[in-house]
Amino acid sequence: MAYNLKEVVANKPARFTSGHRMCAGCGAPVVGRMILRALKNEDHAVICNATGCMEVSTFIYPYTSWTDSFIHTAFECAGATLSGVEAAYKAMKRQDKLSGTTTKFIAFGGDGGTYDIGIQSLSGAMERGHDMVYVCYDNGAYMNTGIQRSSATPKFADTTTSPAGKVIPGKMQSRKDLTQIMVAHHLPYVAQTIAINNFKDLYEKSEKAIYTEGPCFLNVLAPCPRGWGYATEDLMKINKLAVETCYWPLYEVIEGRYVVNYKPAKKLPVEEFLKPQKRFKHMFQPGNEWMIEEFQKEVDNRWEELLKLEEATKDIAVNE
Amino acid sequence: MSIRERLSGNEAAATAMKQINPDVVAAFPITPSTEIPQYFSTFVSNGTVDTEFVAVESEHSAMSACIGAEAAGGRAMTATSANGLSLMWEMIYIASSLRLPIVMSLVNRAVSGPLNIHNDHSDAMGVRDSGWIMLFSENNQEAYDNLLMAHRIAENSKVRLPLMVCQDGFITSHSIENIELEEDETVKKFVGTYKPEHYLLNDKEPIAMGPLDLQAYLFEHKAQQAEAMRNAKKVILEVAEEFEKVTGRKYSFFEEYKMEDAELVIVCMNSTAGTAKFTADKLRNEGIKAGVLKLRVFRPFPAEEIAKALSKAKAIAILDKADGLNAVGGPLFTDVTSAMYVNNVKVPTVNYIYGIGGRDTKSDDIEKVYNDLQEIAKSGNIDNPYRYLGLRRE
Repeated sequence: MAYNLKEVVANKPARFTSGHRMCAGCGAPVVGRMILRALKNEDHAVICNATGCMEVSTFIYPYTSWTDSFIHTAFECAGATLSGVEAAYKAMKRQDKLSGTTTKFIAFGGDGGTYDIGIQSLSGAMERGHDMVYVCYDNGAYMNTGIQRSSATPKFADTTTSPAGKVIPGKMQSRKDLTQIMVAHHLPYVAQTIAINNFKDLYEKSEKAIYTEGPCFLNVLAPCPRGWGYATEDLMKINKLAVETCYWPLYEVIEGRYVVNYKPAKKLPVEEFLKPQKRFKHMFQPGNEWMIEEFQKEVDNRWEELLKLEEATKDIAVNE
Repeated sequence: MSIRERLSGNEAAATAMKQINPDVVAAFPITPSTEIPQYFSTFVSNGTVDTEFVAVESEHSAMSACIGAEAAGGRAMTATSANGLSLMWEMIYIASSLRLPIVMSLVNRAVSGPLNIHNDHSDAMGVRDSGWIMLFSENNQEAYDNLLMAHRIAENSKVRLPLMVCQDGFITSHSIENIELEEDETVKKFVGTYKPEHYLLNDKEPIAMGPLDLQAYLFEHKAQQAEAMRNAKKVILEVAEEFEKVTGRKYSFFEEYKMEDAELVIVCMNSTAGTAKFTADKLRNEGIKAGVLKLRVFRPFPAEEIAKALSKAKAIAILDKADGLNAVGGPLFTDVTSAMYVNNVKVPTVNYIYGIGGRDTKSDDIEKVYNDLQEIAKSGNIDNPYRYLGLRRE
């Protein structure tokens, strides 16, 4: 059945409820709620959250926004913690210790808990083949502790540990490509997505990831109004620009076959994405044109590389 | 009927785990505990157990996975040593604060650095106030028995705390001894099935665990944890009593060896107790009233009971297989002497740091301690309570 936002919202309960304390204009709760809507209504889920903005704003004792079972342990170990839950599920199912209900396992981590401190735990969980989805909501810095740079922070971004100063103009290193690292784990399903266009891409990829057996990974760009410096009402606009400039390409890798889900007819210059964000303000000062050029070059290279990968893997047979 | 066997300490631990048949074992190899997950994965491969074995990529993940599995509603077990436990440290506290009765075999080894793979107790002492129940084992039999009692203690509704069973790396973990094993059915019946009240996989009652717990509640939650540790004392004795009925083997907070009339007392834990008992026997033949207090339950710390047991001694030596690095003495020394002070027991007491990094402790060494105690008992003089045993001074 074709995706229809109205029907999804009408028929799928919000398993992640309102009342949480995330900032207005934050991309993460929007993403979290939509991903959980992709669960079948009759299925139970265990959510595991790495320490981060999402965790500290959604489960402040004695209140929780999560209607499914939920566990948070620490920053760097959502992958391992959920591995344990999933292993117990397998063992207990086998011994008839549980009801007949199907339980799905979903981990959420920010880029700090995923790209950086949690990458070992994530890599281990994926390599071991636990039947789970790991979702990274990537806001490109350690926002929870106050906007420190991460390996997901784009080049030149001004953060509190890569401040744009008189000598060093922001973060001097390029962004790690975590989605590719996860592809290198040869997982059955890896996708990069974002909340745009009635959430179709996000919803459909979530559904695939949740209901593909084995370890699956979703990398979701989730803007942060405080860290990126945009007006709260501009969240969806920023999301759209990330995709239209090819800064954040929408693609999926199904059993090794790359599918680029959206190719803009006219790719917008990356300036359009950078300009509304305060973290890139210094790039627009006279004399800093080279920074925008360099940024554009990196976006172009990565986009070209992705298209080549799609071409190179187009003949891989996929059971869909 | 008990079964006579010859097993190493690690084999004994793995055998107990096999008979307990937990839902999940998550472990990472580290000397000298590596054999435990090795033996256990053979049980998994051969279908001897129903367990899901999670071959994690680090000890941090081992404890994280155990937390996930136990929170899910299963029984989770692991084994580690030294730096493995150090890497788990963050999760060790989280396991106890989530009140998850995870059971661990800790095969004691010196914590780095520098790197050393041999036995001392610096690993266990690093987590002594993390909210885990800590049982120490003199030999392979005790390592096995302590594991059989572990879940009954940890899962008790008045306790709900994780528990670690310690034994000495190499000294007992790799030494083969005669041991009495219980029948699989006996163990199964004694350990019982795990029935958690709330758990993640109960789809009828979803639960959220591990909140952000701020000023309004954390204090109360920590106080509940402390209360659980106090409650554990009674439960440990109840379980020991039941265990004795089934196996005939008697356990308590500590073993009092020739303590009825002992004047010179050594307090120690794990395998050194064997050497101390041997030496006490030898001295008894010479008419010296030597005794040994071997501590089994280090956490909860049976302060009042220890003070009472030591009250009639004339001189006491507390042997610590971990230095305090605090200019005061080892952790067992500071705990025992504070228990004595609070309970009005005034006996001259000295501390010996010994066996660090696997330095052998022989009966001659123990005899030297008793000789020192004789002097102290006679003169009442202690020039320096913070001493070393077997340390080369040159």
